[in-house]
Amino acid sequence: MILIVAEYANGKLSKSAAEMVTAARGAAVNGPVTILVLGSGVAAIAAEAARLAEQVLVLDTPALAQYSPETWAAAVAFVAAEGEAKLILIGGSRSGREYSPRVAVKLNAALLEDVIQLRQEGAVIRAQRYTYLARVTETVEANAPQIVVTVKPGIFAAAQPSAESAEQFDVDVELPQPRVQVTGKTKSQTARISLVEADTIVSGGRGVGSAEGFATLVEGLADKLGAAVGATRAVVDAGWRPYAEQVGQTGKTVQPKLYIAVGISGAVQHLSGMNKAGTIVAINRDADAPIFQVADYGIVGDVQQIVPAMIELIAKPD
Amino acid sequence: MKILVYVRQVPDAEASIAIANGAVSLAAAKLVLDTMDEYGLEQALRFRDAGAPAEIIVAAVGPARNEEALRSALAMGADRAIHVESEQPLDAIALSSVVVELARKEEATLIFCGGRQADWDSDALGAAVAERLGWPQLTWTNHLELGGGQLAGRHDVDDGNESFTVALPAVITTQQGLNDPRYATLPNIMKAKKKELRKEQIASFQVKSKVKTVAAEMQTRTRLRKILQAKDDPRAAAAQLVELLRTEAKVIA
Repeated sequence: MILIVAEYANGKLSKSAAEMVTAARGAAVNGPVTILVLGSGVAAIAAEAARLAEQVLVLDTPALAQYSPETWAAAVAFVAAEGEAKLILIGGSRSGREYSPRVAVKLNAALLEDVIQLRQEGAVIRAQRYTYLARVTETVEANAPQIVVTVKPGIFAAAQPSAESAEQFDVDVELPQPRVQVTGKTKSQTARISLVEADTIVSGGRGVGSAEGFATLVEGLADKLGAAVGATRAVVDAGWRPYAEQVGQTGKTVQPKLYIAVGISGAVQHLSGMNKAGTIVAINRDADAPIFQVADYGIVGDVQQIVPAMIELIAKPD
Repeated sequence: MKILVYVRQVPDAEASIAIANGAVSLAAAKLVLDTMDEYGLEQALRFRDAGAPAEIIVAAVGPARNEEALRSALAMGADRAIHVESEQPLDAIALSSVVVELARKEEATLIFCGGRQADWDSDALGAAVAERLGWPQLTWTNHLELGGGQLAGRHDVDDGNESFTVALPAVITTQQGLNDPRYATLPNIMKAKKKELRKEQIASFQVKSKVKTVAAEMQTRTRLRKILQAKDDPRAAAAQLVELLRTEAKVIA
């Protein structure tokens, strides 16, 4: 079988689950596409998953109320071993990429990270992934009885749910005690669409001048476009924006249809997080800023004057 | 205590990389100690500066040129270095066996490595090392304090950040924002030349990657680069841009 570990947030299955279903079907590996739902009180998630896969495995226990890499890895590795999964697909989120190596080690499996393409070719699984701060695309091959794969979000089309629901099975796994004590949590709250799921992203850098400038210009334009909001490392470090909005090497990697960079100079670490966007628009005072090298459209000028004019000119989405 | 800091030698962020014979060529690139790894080394040095009785060992695995990265780490203040010479490309899972063997031999109780180094764009090494050792891991830390055999700190998670405490031993991955790594001073660069740099051979570790790279190509996407000048009329430029996005790129309504 092909095992997909469901990702979810706020009581809903994440788009990444449907994307992984597409990746799994396209891989041309024999066996039923199976979604594993881990957590506590996840019946609704499992019901959603049942419309995407051939079967759903559910491990619903209070012990999984909080994500921890050790418990997640133990659960996934156990199910993958029992089910003799050839491929184990895990979301390319921060959490997915931190527990997937543990799964690979437990199973003595190969690990393919953050893939953008996946296919069986004879005896091997061939995949593509970005390296060198996303400046290079490498084709890699894994040859092992079991292969753990993290799937880059936003690359594969999301599979459409079917009218019928697949059968669900409860599983039972002995879980380790997490050894890290979580003493506090700051959750980033936003009413907007999430960065990795958005078709349009408006991002801001130091050039917006201040936290207030960011709100007026970047959030103002994003609201007009129904877009997600992104930020550079500098803006997050300055405390103007939460970390969850950071795009780049140490933040999120995004691939929207439209990326509008407001007051962003374009450090290579930032570019690595967004240089695959469909259309890139840059607005910056400095004509020599590297962002203009990767932009399809742009304006050299003062963001404080240009962006408000754009906000006025763009019709609000219905 | 002993702290093991795993480091990689990577192209400088601005360095030019090229493709030759279907693989990345670094022949023309300026290579440096990855800044991602410097944060871990700096943190170890700060623990020692604050009074922790720590010996700090840096380790690298790779071709001869890695010695330069190790010398940079010694010049920052690490006590000694281990260079496992290898011409063989190793993925994170295979490499983790090497790091684990070094950690066991050295009896390290704290291991640092960069969250995602700038060459292989991999997040996996720290977690794989932790799994093999049966230790907990904390990834993407941006604040750390050491006291009473325990680490307290903060790290980034999917939807925000988390404060934590964990008893040692543990594996920690680092990122920008954790600290400002120090520059090596000239006297320290001189001193680093005399510090121990032990060589080992990869053959003695008997590791093999289950993953191999079969092709590589540069990501060069041609961009239109239609850049307008706002000059004295930012409103007109904004209008022109909105029009282009609407009618030519067709990306907005």
